[in-house]
Amino acid sequence: MIRFIAVRLLRALITIFAVVTFAFVVLRMSGDPAQVMLGPDVPQEAVDAFRRSWGLDQPLWVQYLAYIRSIFTGDFGVSMRDKASALDLVLQRVPATLQLTVPALLLKLALGIPAGVYAALHRQSFADRGVILLAVLGFTIPSFVMGLLLVLIFAVILGVLPSGGQDTWVHGILPTITMSIGGIGILARFSRSAMIEVMGQPYIRTASAKGLKWGDVVWNHALPNAAVPIVTIVGFMVGSLIAGAVVVESIFSWPGIGRLLIVSVGNRDLAVVQCILLIIAATMVVSNLVVDLLYGWLDPRLRSNAAH
Amino acid sequence: MATINLSETSRPPGWYATFIKRLRRNVPFTVGLGIVWLAAMVAVAIFADQIRPYNITAMDLSSRLSHPGALKHLLGTDELGRDVLSRLLQSVRVSLIIAFGATILSAVFGTALGFAAAQFRGAVEHLVLVLADFQAALPFLIMSLAVLAFFGSSMVLLVCLMGFYGWERYARIARGLAISASSQGYAASVVQLGATPARVYFHHILPNVASTLIVSMTLTFPEIILMESGLSFLGLGVQPPETSLGNMVGFGREYLTRAPWIMLAPSVVIVLTTLSISIVGDWLRDKLDPTLS
Amino acid sequence: MTALIEADNLVRIYQIRRGVFAKAHPVRAVDGISLALKPGETLGIVGESGSGKSTLGRMLLGIDAAQGGEVRFEGKPMPHLKTPQWRALRAKMQFVYQDPLAALDRRVTIAKQIGEPLEIHKLIPKQHQEARIAELMTAVGLRPDQAGRYPHELSGGQRQRAVIARALAARPKLLVCDEPVSALDVSIQAQVVNMLRDLQEKNGIAMVFISHDLKVVRNIADRVAVMYLGRIVEEASSDVIFHSPQHPYTKALVSSVPVPGKILEGRVILQGEPPNPANRPSGCAFHPRCALAQDVCRSVVPQLRPIGNGRTAACHIVAGEAASIAA
Repeated sequence: MIRFIAVRLLRALITIFAVVTFAFVVLRMSGDPAQVMLGPDVPQEAVDAFRRSWGLDQPLWVQYLAYIRSIFTGDFGVSMRDKASALDLVLQRVPATLQLTVPALLLKLALGIPAGVYAALHRQSFADRGVILLAVLGFTIPSFVMGLLLVLIFAVILGVLPSGGQDTWVHGILPTITMSIGGIGILARFSRSAMIEVMGQPYIRTASAKGLKWGDVVWNHALPNAAVPIVTIVGFMVGSLIAGAVVVESIFSWPGIGRLLIVSVGNRDLAVVQCILLIIAATMVVSNLVVDLLYGWLDPRLRSNAAH
Repeated sequence: MATINLSETSRPPGWYATFIKRLRRNVPFTVGLGIVWLAAMVAVAIFADQIRPYNITAMDLSSRLSHPGALKHLLGTDELGRDVLSRLLQSVRVSLIIAFGATILSAVFGTALGFAAAQFRGAVEHLVLVLADFQAALPFLIMSLAVLAFFGSSMVLLVCLMGFYGWERYARIARGLAISASSQGYAASVVQLGATPARVYFHHILPNVASTLIVSMTLTFPEIILMESGLSFLGLGVQPPETSLGNMVGFGREYLTRAPWIMLAPSVVIVLTTLSISIVGDWLRDKLDPTLS
Repeated sequence: MTALIEADNLVRIYQIRRGVFAKAHPVRAVDGISLALKPGETLGIVGESGSGKSTLGRMLLGIDAAQGGEVRFEGKPMPHLKTPQWRALRAKMQFVYQDPLAALDRRVTIAKQIGEPLEIHKLIPKQHQEARIAELMTAVGLRPDQAGRYPHELSGGQRQRAVIARALAARPKLLVCDEPVSALDVSIQAQVVNMLRDLQEKNGIAMVFISHDLKVVRNIADRVAVMYLGRIVEEASSDVIFHSPQHPYTKALVSSVPVPGKILEGRVILQGEPPNPANRPSGCAFHPRCALAQDVCRSVVPQLRPIGNGRTAACHIVAGEAASIAA
């Protein structure tokens, strides 16, 4: 068991490391941040001074090592624009994003999974067809279209909900719904197919042939086995709690990490972009790790992972 | 006495009628609709230049933000007087070309890596797995944002970037099937006949893997369209003066209240296209999978 | 006559890990086997599962590398797997598998698959290939109209015939067959075995016939080697070994072969566990199940020794080394 965990942990660490390197390489190699920050009309000495003060004139590997060292000390650099600590800036925005993504996740779980399970248990009924249709619509309509449509209907035509900003919790309704619809569709479809596959297994027939009540069969035998693939997807969704809001925050002018990322990317604010990338990657990797470990616990077959 | 009623005997049905009958029996209605829509989109992509009533940058300043329905501008105009229909047709072409190119790139890249991992095992396999992990750790949208913003959004770069979408799915499939083929099955016996690895892969493993890969491609294709639209919507995908579906939605956003058709037209096209591909792809998979052991 | 293929003290060791934490445990699948085969001769190799006979077959063809010892074909050592020399040698030595469905590509017609060796080794110009394929198909008893069929459209016996036709396409000098009829219906088994024998005689092919089924081996082999846990325990000509087996294991095997028309009597039933190569007993590997086991059997590994009449056996008692012999 320990070896299992250790291997997974090592892979997670390597992945995070790769992400850091990737972010660094891409951002540094793509152009001169000094030029972008300062604009084209600034005299050369000013540009050089800027570069010197930010350490941008050092060779690349020196900058890289310095960056790594600073990460270990918790210093993610300073935003070029605001002069505030990048880490602080980013962490400031996290709550705003979570205000959208956490309720959205709960909505996805609360509506998506039961819908999928219900559809699987009542195949070929109207409910089943309806769920499939809604699910398919849910993930074929991209979030930006969905968001704009909702704004069009509820804010413009009906005028009942606000279309942007973060002033009251009411402002959060449309963004949250926009974020959750796609996920509800995906979860419903996935739960449905997982349940269908499990229900077709011989051990289910055995369980009901043994005389168990149908409810017991579903709860105690079918659902736990169907849970395994569902857990993977949910894990993925948890991992993108922070990342998934980019488009939605953009549409609704919601001051979360997503918006910060877009703005910083436009400003080529390297430190902030790197910091955000790292945090997102870390959450993804951690949640994947948790899912892997959960897998090992849920499905005993996977625990003795001798043969790959 | 039985009589033959000449008016009731009919000629044997011509080839067209049999074709339609076969089609109706084998293809469900919704799938048929999907195929029709997709065929139309492909036709638009190919013949965009010929069908388009106006140039995409042609500005008709006298009729800015005009409503759809007028004969002159069937789908209305945007704030610069550009014909929405023309821009829409061109957008379909651009988005489809990008998605098509990216899907093929990603399939080739992923399959090659998957085969390499299966053939060489050891360090190569670990490297591929690490790469796949890396891909899974960063949401594609985020990673693309970083790359596009900093390297600029040329068309070539965009297609290459999108070509990294979903490669790990093909790699996983290709690797799995190649390993099972080579350890116990036909690939082992062909190697034993004296075939070079190249022959084994191209003559035997690839054709057997092809149908699963194609199904995977039909699943990834709509996702790439959505991804590219999202990026263009955020202003980082296709850049003006070129236009893409996501691009148009992004531009139409500002005029949501005054001229919603600017944003609605491309949105409808996006939804219908991805919907069609999903439906047709699912049907294709059901058709191909039962015959796969 | 010089040997076509010789094996010299072959050893093959697998590393088995019993769990995530257990240390790797070496298992000797093949433990010091030497044999020689003359052109046109048929050697039958008999043993239970776990005896290492399949591994031996693969080692003879060079598919599994030998960790100890050497295989020589036509006097030259076997090239490494996946080298061009090894690939070129495939034209002279071929393998027939147990499961014909797995050995065939389900998407290619059998005619194309039968002709594949011709393409790989560029033996015959394209225009003559069809004629040769037709010739091969007739030789194995397939009808010409079956040429365009796919493997899953044929019966098990027909598939195996196709595999054999493919193996013969390049006119090999050696054929190694690993349980070629075990997956077939009993009634078909005899047909295929007879066909193999005819083909072999007509073309002068040497054959190594690996099976757990004595009845089948008896039919086709000139000489028989009996394997137990990676070693040969007895080797003799086919008639002699069935008529008067010497090694206790061989005796048990032979006694269980039914002879038509006679009641099965004098059957020796083996006690104890079937052989597990991961858990090899000390001394003679067979001693836990041997009714004649003595002290020396438990401690010293018996070597394969000649016991007269051109036979060899690996048993202390047979070789007269035990203190007393139960008659």
